Amino acid sequence: MRSGEGADLILRRATVLDPVAGIEGVHDVVVRAGRIVELAAPGAELDGAEEVDAEGLHAFPAFFDPHVHLRVPGHEHKEDIETGSRAAAAGGYCGILAMANTVPPVSTPADVEALREAARGAASMPVGFLATVTRGMEGEELTEMGALRDAGAVGFSDDGLPIRSARLLRRALQYQRLCGGTIALHEEDPELSGDGVMHEGPVSASLGLAGIPSVSESTTIARDAALARYEGGRIHVQHLSAAESVEAVRAARAAGVRISCEASPHHLCLTDEEVRSLDPQRFKMNPPLRSEADRQALVEGLRDGTIECIATDHAPHAREEKEVPFEQAAMGVTGLETAFAALHTELVLPGTIDLGLLVERLAGGAAPFDLERPTLAPGSEANIALCDLAAEWTVGEEGYESRSDNSWCAGRKLTGRVLMTLAGGQVAYRLRSFSLGVA
Amino acid sequence: MKHLLAIEDLGRGEIEAILDRAESFAEVGRRDIKKVPTLRGRTVVSLFYESSTRTSASFELAAKRLSADLISLKAAGSSVDKGESLKDTCATLSAYDPAAIVIRHPYAGAAQLVAGWTEAAVVNAGDGKHEHPSQALLDLFTLRRRLDSLDGKRIWIVGDVLHSRVARSNLSTFRAMGAEVTVCGPPALIPRGIEQLGCEVAHSLDRLQEADVVYALRLQRERMAESFVPSIREYAARFQIDSRRLGPRQLLMHPGPVNRGVELSGEAIDSPQSLIGEQVAAGLVVRMAILYELLAVGGERPAPAAGEDALSPTPIGQPA
Repeated sequence: MRSGEGADLILRRATVLDPVAGIEGVHDVVVRAGRIVELAAPGAELDGAEEVDAEGLHAFPAFFDPHVHLRVPGHEHKEDIETGSRAAAAGGYCGILAMANTVPPVSTPADVEALREAARGAASMPVGFLATVTRGMEGEELTEMGALRDAGAVGFSDDGLPIRSARLLRRALQYQRLCGGTIALHEEDPELSGDGVMHEGPVSASLGLAGIPSVSESTTIARDAALARYEGGRIHVQHLSAAESVEAVRAARAAGVRISCEASPHHLCLTDEEVRSLDPQRFKMNPPLRSEADRQALVEGLRDGTIECIATDHAPHAREEKEVPFEQAAMGVTGLETAFAALHTELVLPGTIDLGLLVERLAGGAAPFDLERPTLAPGSEANIALCDLAAEWTVGEEGYESRSDNSWCAGRKLTGRVLMTLAGGQVAYRLRSFSLGVA
Repeated sequence: MKHLLAIEDLGRGEIEAILDRAESFAEVGRRDIKKVPTLRGRTVVSLFYESSTRTSASFELAAKRLSADLISLKAAGSSVDKGESLKDTCATLSAYDPAAIVIRHPYAGAAQLVAGWTEAAVVNAGDGKHEHPSQALLDLFTLRRRLDSLDGKRIWIVGDVLHSRVARSNLSTFRAMGAEVTVCGPPALIPRGIEQLGCEVAHSLDRLQEADVVYALRLQRERMAESFVPSIREYAARFQIDSRRLGPRQLLMHPGPVNRGVELSGEAIDSPQSLIGEQVAAGLVVRMAILYELLAVGGERPAPAAGEDALSPTPIGQPA
């Protein structure tokens, strides 16, 4: 629950890193009334505030996740606004965007208003809501995009399903010119995916599981990029998984299309080899985990900026929806609480990417929706993730903030942990064993 | 060996132990009284979520021949019909303290899941398009009686490899025993990337003559509706094993049931090269051997009852 009052505290001797703002060094981070007022020299004479001994700890701009499933309304047994935003806070996030594929889907202005009202009471951080592109996500008619924007919808997405009809997407892109709002796209050709449950390749061949070919994603991206180019529309490609898709986005951008895209931590860290375990709890999601070559192409895309942000596609599911044979299990894994730690462990520590790049991409999810990027620059609202890069922990050992436990990291030992999160100027999270010292 | 879930779980030695055991049961099968008391007082559950004739019949008869008490459940007409989850069904059946659960399920990994939920030994009698280890073992048993060894032998698996658990289990088994395997069929029915499992891929029967063994797979008629093949006639013209394509020294196998006139011609089925009848017979003794290895050798052994020696075949009466 947000109190409405901004935090007053000082992070003493924090190692501050905000590559976008060009900030790097050891500072006392001074937060007053919820704003960063100063990055002072360590040990500066300051008083009247709680102090946090941050020596040896890193302060980053808090992260922003443009792709989260809060499951409200309809599937509160999986997650709700309170548990989902708490999970985000525990992962170092200061803002999240909730997808609209709820039951019923978020398709009317009243739906958006009700969710925003609920979030005011229940969320531990700012939460934005997307509305569907098509009414009821049925792929037949457009929603009232203008009225939805007026009601506060951040953007539009039928995520969970692709927009099958090119005509309908074209109309949405035309309508976007009147009302704005980035259209976020789940790119998949249902005809090519068929009844697939994992990446099509040698592993699916050996397991006898129906495959989802990479071209199911990349051909749809190519189609939609062509439509966006034709209409001058603004699109955001969700959860990129295949090398061909990175190529398609790169080509579209080179051609001048207004396109952005995201990749998820699980696609950046894992491959379809994991599916040999036939464990749907951790390894069944859509798009599926793909080959090592695909994973490397995603990392390269992250490095060269083709992929400007990391999004978890946090998709909670109840036990009984996952404790079934792989083919029958629900698609999706949770990821908010582990994104930073997992990527730090799997990509930064081995030297694959820099810490600075990771921090930049984890906060990169705001820009595609024309929202303000979290920053540590003095004068800004306090959105800070305070992390201990040396802390080792085993995921799930102490439970989860999320209502669901289908974490792809379950049981993994990770290095790096979020100790405290400031979101929207308030303390949204602190690890139970991490307490504030008083000056 | 605690469970039989996938053929990869078995070493060559374990495979051979099962086949040797099956030989001794084949001998029992020639006696007037075909029953042995090995599993007396123990319970075997046969849990079939998919229709099956030979697999369920042979597992059930195998359990009875070993004197086990048998609970036979088909998905239709049971609590599964009423929406009970696999996990809950498993918990219910575990209350009867079964020694073994034999499960056939339409989805991959079901047997593995059950193994995590029960104390019983679990036998995978086919999970989706994934594995069918007892079929692979009975096929191997059948072949071993005809060929001294599979080392260096060439085996062609022909047909709908994509949808076949038999193809996958047999590919691993034949390779484990030293054979060279080629899978053959139209590209849409050969899984992408299967060559990385260590087989060759062919899209025509032109080189079929190099095969020592031709293993044909069932082509389900619904594949036509899904555009995997344009028509049965088109498929048969290119991939049917008939007397013209089958050489006199080649052996022909099929897991059944056969679509006569589709993947095999009638003459090929009835030809002297055909081992299809022998495969069915092998099914019983190999499945007796599997239950025996899991429950009498692998699990704890019940105390011998009075008169057991008189009924047991010699190799079984001896300490395992």
